Amino acid sequence: MAEQRRLRLFRGTREHGELKEYQVAAAEGMVVLDAVHAIQAEQAPDLAVRWNCKAGKCGSCSAEINGKPRLMCMTRMSDYQAGETITVTPMKAFPVIKDLVTDVSWNYEVNKRIPAFQPRAPDAPDGTWRMYQYEVERPQEFRKCIECFLCQDVCHVLRAHEKHAEFMGPAFLVRAAVYEMHPLDEEDRRSYLRESGGIGYCNITKCCTEVCPESITITDNAIIPLKERVVDANYDPLAALWRKLTG
Amino acid sequence: MTPSVRDLQEQGLGVTLRRDAWWVAPALTALVLGSFGIYATWAAWTGAHYEWGPYLSPFYSPLLRPSWWPLSPAFLILVFPLGFRLTCYYYRKAYYRAFFLDPVACAVGEPRHGYRGETRFPFILQNVHRFFMYAAVVFIFILSYDVLLATRWPVNGVPANGAMPPGPREFGIGIGTLVMAVNVILLASYTFGCHSLRHLVGGSVDCFSCARGGPARYRLWRAVSVLNRNHMLWAWCSLFSVALTDVYIRLCSSGIITDLRIL
Repeated sequence: MAEQRRLRLFRGTREHGELKEYQVAAAEGMVVLDAVHAIQAEQAPDLAVRWNCKAGKCGSCSAEINGKPRLMCMTRMSDYQAGETITVTPMKAFPVIKDLVTDVSWNYEVNKRIPAFQPRAPDAPDGTWRMYQYEVERPQEFRKCIECFLCQDVCHVLRAHEKHAEFMGPAFLVRAAVYEMHPLDEEDRRSYLRESGGIGYCNITKCCTEVCPESITITDNAIIPLKERVVDANYDPLAALWRKLTG
Repeated sequence: MTPSVRDLQEQGLGVTLRRDAWWVAPALTALVLGSFGIYATWAAWTGAHYEWGPYLSPFYSPLLRPSWWPLSPAFLILVFPLGFRLTCYYYRKAYYRAFFLDPVACAVGEPRHGYRGETRFPFILQNVHRFFMYAAVVFIFILSYDVLLATRWPVNGVPANGAMPPGPREFGIGIGTLVMAVNVILLASYTFGCHSLRHLVGGSVDCFSCARGGPARYRLWRAVSVLNRNHMLWAWCSLFSVALTDVYIRLCSSGIITDLRIL
């Protein structure tokens, strides 16, 4: 007989809800999303859960498993002790629609506000550009982002302090870095990052890097370099003098 | 009334659904950083036992003893390495978590207050990190020179009181020389992996093939990035090595241990 595993799932809406306990038969190689699907199929057909690829590439099944922001499809049931109850709750940083599904539309609005990619004039008469692979490796790391928004969820500026109006969050600092560090781009986003983007709210606690399922080095390779660029423009009198002297 | 999802998730300091030992890392950080802070303050305050023979404690280097300064000479120079570490991107993470509990750990509740991050005083001053970095680079050269001096021994040996007598010198290496050399290597690995340095040498460049000296700056950026990848490790190792170097020289100077001359 298959081993029975206990799960507690959040059931409810933004206004009210509860943690409800279920039991599922564990199978070899089962992930948390499989267990949630089994509950949906056999015990709670009205359970709301967002998912798509089941391969860690679509970023849809983000949730909090035993308090940690994770993709349900990439979290094995065998990661937890046999007798342990696995608690699954929706992402805290976003409003709950129903059960495990949250409204992440705020993220898409933030994305629209980032100053767009502005390439320099073409390098060749045929309207094409020349660049080298080593120059685009930095932004290519950030292109691995699957928009799961786990980094947004774990960021305490959004999660605990609810600074959604002032701070764009790590996911969109990464997106801004894609453009800002691109060898062809000419747009200067530093004042945007400092003012509308609220990069100063980030206090480098690296939780975003810890939860990223794509292992993007969010803090060290995206946020800190952007902070340094903001320092260049606003807090470095020597750099300002150098710019003045060299035009 | 049925609770909302926010009631079920963390509200207030330390409240979380996490079941792992999330509190261990911030507690250890607070313990070690706090202990270092207490020891460094005491060691700087004493103004004694900071040199023995050709050895000089890193807390007192470069040794400045102006007649108008009433306090320990350490206080004249410690502001630079202290400022470098205080504004360091790694240490910011460490002490925001361990001392400010902001947040104490990922997805763990923190005390509600008017959070402003690094947008306002005092934490907006973190943006001066690069200026402390310039000073820290100079200190690497000064401490390297100290290691060189630690190989210049009095021909007739170090007297019992540990003071360097005038007269001819010869090459020599003691355990203290090696301790000081390891300390400089660890400090250099920490300093030359600094995020600000990484930015200034090449990180600020987008198009390396277009910028003046672009390929050279790219190679420099790659080299700093290698050290930067383990910045946390170098930060801790160099913190311990600075303290242990001071302890070693202090013990020699106090006569508690005898330095072993290898060469």
